[in-house]
Amino acid sequence: MNASMNYLDGNAAAGELSRLFVADITSAEGQCANCGAKRPFAEAHLYMQCPGLVARCALCGHVLLRFANVQGRVFLDLRGMTYLSVDAAPQEANN
Amino acid sequence: MTWRSARVIGLRDETATARTLALVVRDWPGHVAGQHVDVRLTAADGYSAVRSYSIASAPSSDGRIEITVERLPSGEVSPYLTQQVMVGDELEVRGPIGGWFVWRPEQLGPIQLVAGGSGIVPLMAMIRSRTSARSSAPFRLLYSVREPGAIFYRDELRALSSQGDSVVVSYAYTRVTPKDWPRPAGRIDAELIASGTWPSNLRPSSYVCGPTSFVEHTTDLLIAAGHDRERIKTERFGATGERK
Repeated sequence: MNASMNYLDGNAAAGELSRLFVADITSAEGQCANCGAKRPFAEAHLYMQCPGLVARCALCGHVLLRFANVQGRVFLDLRGMTYLSVDAAPQEANN
Repeated sequence: MTWRSARVIGLRDETATARTLALVVRDWPGHVAGQHVDVRLTAADGYSAVRSYSIASAPSSDGRIEITVERLPSGEVSPYLTQQVMVGDELEVRGPIGGWFVWRPEQLGPIQLVAGGSGIVPLMAMIRSRTSARSSAPFRLLYSVREPGAIFYRDELRALSSQGDSVVVSYAYTRVTPKDWPRPAGRIDAELIASGTWPSNLRPSSYVCGPTSFVEHTTDLLIAAGHDRERIKTERFGATGERK
């Protein structure tokens, strides 16, 4: 596997992000603040070889989300997305 | 989402390096085929490690789930789960996780599953869910493995594909083929996509799961064969299969 394939996808972030989001993040749709693409968060490229998580737009590579757990505090940076929309009935995702 | 205690109630070897663990999870809310769980192991000194594993079993209401774990030589968690854990042991589980890479019995249209290695696990949950829900949705599975001995759920897949209307299974061997196999060993190519998957004019919903390079390669081939990107859902495993 070469270095350019060194990522997973938004599915792999869902467990950690469930500490912050009640709704299912994988079926959330986000818009990239750089290229404007609207995609399911599950398709974002996820980099985990760092102190936290970094999700990048699958189309343009722009950073969408950063998440870190540092000394007992969770940091979330969402400025790479102009919006994130989630299912209004979040419990249904699990049943 | 909270951590729940889970008791190991059964162990079954799938291959020389992969084992299925049957668990009963306390207050389990139920799952949908394709979802995964996080498993947390905590050592006596408080050090803990979390890994994600796809659920292999069909949804059920009795709190039972199965996960299949591939042992990785340098893994921190998988050697324990595949070699040391015993029936009666307790683990911690968080889930079910993920509502996007899922198949529900209400989906009636044709389904194309494409698995690379242990990427078969969530797709097997979909196949089992189809059976338990008595769905007649047309399913095909294209399953890429290194060698014949690396096939998970071999007997169950063989039984399914021998039943008339069921699940059509095709195999791709990347390193070693069975004796007299008509194709040389190699990764999935356009020819195999043409012979082993639904034609794009049937507009199947596709689920591709495996290592990242496998997912990228296969998805590109499906799109080249005329499949709509919007109807292809993907889930990538790390190179090591363990997520940090």
